[in-house]
Amino acid sequence: MPIHDQGYQRYAGDRARTGTAWQVIARAGIRTVLAERKFLALLLLAWAPFLVRAVQVYVAANYSQASFLQPKGETFREFLETQAVFVFFITIYVGAGLIASDRRANALQLYLAKPLSRWEYVAGKMAVLLTLLVSVTFLPAMMLLLVQIGFAGSFTFIANNIYLLPAITLYSLAQVLLASFTMLALSSLSKSSRFVGVMYAGLIFFTGALFKAVQGITGQSWLAWLSPSDALEQLGDAIFRLPLRYDLPLWAAMGVVVGLIVASGVVLERRVRAVEVVS
Amino acid sequence: MQAPVSPHDGSGRSDGAAVVELRGVSVIYGRQTALRDVSAAFPPGAVGLLGPNGAGKSTMLKALLGFVVPSQGEMRVLGLDVATSALDIRARLGYMPESDAHIPGMSAVAFVAYCGQLAGLPPADAMQRAHEVLYYVGLGEARYRNVETYSTGMKQRIKLAQALVHDPDLLFLDEPTNGMDPKGRDEMLELIRDLAHNKGVNLIVSSHLLPDIEFTCDHVIVMDKGAVATQGALDAVRGPQGRVFELRVKDGAEQMLSLLTAAGYEVHDTQEDVMRVFVPGAAGAEPIFRLAAANGLQVRHLKQSVPTLEDAFARAVGAD
Repeated sequence: MPIHDQGYQRYAGDRARTGTAWQVIARAGIRTVLAERKFLALLLLAWAPFLVRAVQVYVAANYSQASFLQPKGETFREFLETQAVFVFFITIYVGAGLIASDRRANALQLYLAKPLSRWEYVAGKMAVLLTLLVSVTFLPAMMLLLVQIGFAGSFTFIANNIYLLPAITLYSLAQVLLASFTMLALSSLSKSSRFVGVMYAGLIFFTGALFKAVQGITGQSWLAWLSPSDALEQLGDAIFRLPLRYDLPLWAAMGVVVGLIVASGVVLERRVRAVEVVS
Repeated sequence: MQAPVSPHDGSGRSDGAAVVELRGVSVIYGRQTALRDVSAAFPPGAVGLLGPNGAGKSTMLKALLGFVVPSQGEMRVLGLDVATSALDIRARLGYMPESDAHIPGMSAVAFVAYCGQLAGLPPADAMQRAHEVLYYVGLGEARYRNVETYSTGMKQRIKLAQALVHDPDLLFLDEPTNGMDPKGRDEMLELIRDLAHNKGVNLIVSSHLLPDIEFTCDHVIVMDKGAVATQGALDAVRGPQGRVFELRVKDGAEQMLSLLTAAGYEVHDTQEDVMRVFVPGAAGAEPIFRLAAANGLQVRHLKQSVPTLEDAFARAVGAD
């Protein structure tokens, strides 16, 4: 009997219901990234500010002469602002190739020939980036709160600043959603992950520089809408109940963030297809 | 309304009912009409989708997968409507695309197991099936190698493996022997034939290579310029209603060709001075001899041959 006659059997086992394939994509994506030493180094580095802040909280809680280090609501805002640097690097490292590599290898037609929709594919890819970004924003910020409670030995701080729980959640969500949607949309536009990384960095730096230049010339800070990063900062100030840094109305800052997410969704809808029709 | 074929019954057969049906399907890309009012029925078993490049074969497969939406018409696969049940159909379908395609950064076994999981198999089952199908397609020894290091022939095999891993009831194979060397091609065709005839998997093999279809399929649908030129069982399409003769004459091949064409015979000039003449009915070779004698031409070679799919294909698409 030929070997192939022995090797192939019909399958009679269980099958998952449709709608769960995005979890397979997400798990495989996260596993692949976590297997890379370079990424693990980046992840460790992204947790360094948490350690610094934890030491700050410890010192403030145990040494009265260091009471000036006592954490405030603003401390958490500053912490998340610091993490924006790591959000930038992780977004490029992980996100640039998420769809671009599949486009380069013609993998989209393989994915979409399986029982999963285009949105499920996007959800799976999005989940990879979201999970890793949450692990350097929301997760350490929340842990910092727990550390504060632990070192202080009371719930006084959290009771006095109860708004921090939704504020950290909301701001982290805005931060990671904006980065993830923008990066996935850019990744769907090219077959080269390097080019996607350059495009993303260009978008962040160019819009930021444009705003600073125009602000420098006109002296008008309401033009912060030109830069998604600055619009997000403005939104962050409002969420953490801090004085707003620009004259940009809150609705406009929110409009920039939501608009960019919606525009990215439209790009993904048009680009994530099994067949590329060139007319 | 037709009842859906029972899912994963182990055979994938549908009691003689068509596995795939198209009714008046048209697909338009911009100003280009890729499929023009196509109606066809694919019976269970191995069906060849034959036609020259650009005939609309791949477009038909992509429409059946739900990748492209027809501007008009209705399609049913395994008894399910493509417009409303695309995901259910894809759960029972395997697709081997024409172009090189893989998931980057994975070994062959990880890639095939991953495809199995995407199709709904539990991780342990997907891994076991991945090993099985990789052995089946002849990649057992190379299963831990990164797919990106594979040769063209190996990439064809891995595409077949990922299409098979979830044990589909229906396989779409788009140009399965593309770029393969003769030995690899023969092995691939053996695999396809085995799947269809011994493993109970329904197949649609899209190819522009007539021998591939003749070797692997029982039925054929011939496409040309976005429309179905002819369809039916292979034997029926080959055409029993006539005989084909290989003919060579001395110093007058062109004249003989013109004479036969003028007399209403189908003649295909195959190589140098040999032509294939299709004589309808049971008349045999006598009319050819008579025509040659009447015009003073010497017949040097006349041999009856079985009408091939090539003859049927040439008749169907009107090729010279």
